[in-house]
Amino acid sequence: MNNELFIFCLRLADNCLILAHRQSELCSKSPFLEEDIAQTNFGLDLLGQAEAIYNFAAEIEGNINTPDDLVYKRNERSFYNFILSEQPNTDFAFVVIRQYFMSVYLKIIYTTLSNIKDSELSGISLKALKELDYQINHFELWIKRLGLGTKESKEKIQNAINELWIFTGELFERDNLDLNMEKNGYLLNSNLFYKKWINYINDIFNKSNLNIPKDAYMITGSKNGIHSEYMGFILTEMQFLQRTFPDAKW
Amino acid sequence: MQNGSKMIKNKILSILKQIPDPEIPAINIVELGVVRKIICNENITQVSITPTYIACPAIDLIGKLIKEKLVKFGYKNINIKMVYYPTWTTDWISEETKLKLKNYGISPPNLINSKNKKIICPKCNSNNTSLKSFFSSTPCKSLHKCNDCIEPFEYFKCI
Repeated sequence: MNNELFIFCLRLADNCLILAHRQSELCSKSPFLEEDIAQTNFGLDLLGQAEAIYNFAAEIEGNINTPDDLVYKRNERSFYNFILSEQPNTDFAFVVIRQYFMSVYLKIIYTTLSNIKDSELSGISLKALKELDYQINHFELWIKRLGLGTKESKEKIQNAINELWIFTGELFERDNLDLNMEKNGYLLNSNLFYKKWINYINDIFNKSNLNIPKDAYMITGSKNGIHSEYMGFILTEMQFLQRTFPDAKW
Repeated sequence: MQNGSKMIKNKILSILKQIPDPEIPAINIVELGVVRKIICNENITQVSITPTYIACPAIDLIGKLIKEKLVKFGYKNINIKMVYYPTWTTDWISEETKLKLKNYGISPPNLINSKNKKIICPKCNSNNTSLKSFFSSTPCKSLHKCNDCIEPFEYFKCI
């Protein structure tokens, strides 16, 4: 159970970390100042969630690795974030859709975790949930503004949905580890999870005159450490210093 | 013994009250509700702290400041423990502390379940204010403008 809980936590924390990295790339590059502050705030929230969960995971593992080791010393094949999380900030619509899909996913996962008996993990989840609502509200506003805005804004947001949709199938995949976590109450079963997630998406897309693509082929692999070409570049940048000067400290 | 340990705890608490919050120096870390628990015996002095926001960048610094301060007062084997439960809430901030925040220029948080959602300008007390940006200089604050005195100000978001 402990080893499974460790991997389960890594999967969750890796998602937060890589999403935080993508958000941090927007620092000083957002469309306007207030949005810049919002995006970097979300990045900070996600990084905080990642740190708290890595800390928790490191303890379960018996402190063999520090949280920093987990972030800076693993190779691409040992990262378990969804392929969706690592997708680049192609344009602002891609940022909005990627973050929205993922923040709804995180909300469902944290809601389940907040009810389990482990007070530390449920404490982290409760805390994360409070901040996640800000993100969900913020991105819903943007989906509406872009979907109901001009012809061009609608085209762009619909394009982002179409392009990113093929990565969403992974969010509801379950391997043996997940099934065991379900049994222990750490995870909702796939059908229920999907229902909750798609309700959010349908609701906001209906209000915003946007469509879900039909019959899309789904790309998966992250549970086995298989990623898109973008992941290597993220790690190259993120791990550069620790790889070049091992164990360098401030 | 019971009373003795309580006295020691109170003494530590009064020392910790001398540490201002790094981001809002007008209030101390005890008033803010960051200090959750103190365990003190012959072997160890353990202070449990909780972050206001999960990614609060000041929390590591707060831990260091606590260590520094307690060392100065002769405490040894100081251990800082991070706890996440119960989750920090602005409802823990007392009325007295809220007044300090207001005098410092930050509009204090309303109670979470309060029907009063009005945000007051800390400079002229007007409640004719508008939200400029939900995010501001730190994760815990939003940016507002007073429509009467036209001054910008920050509000401590209630969570």
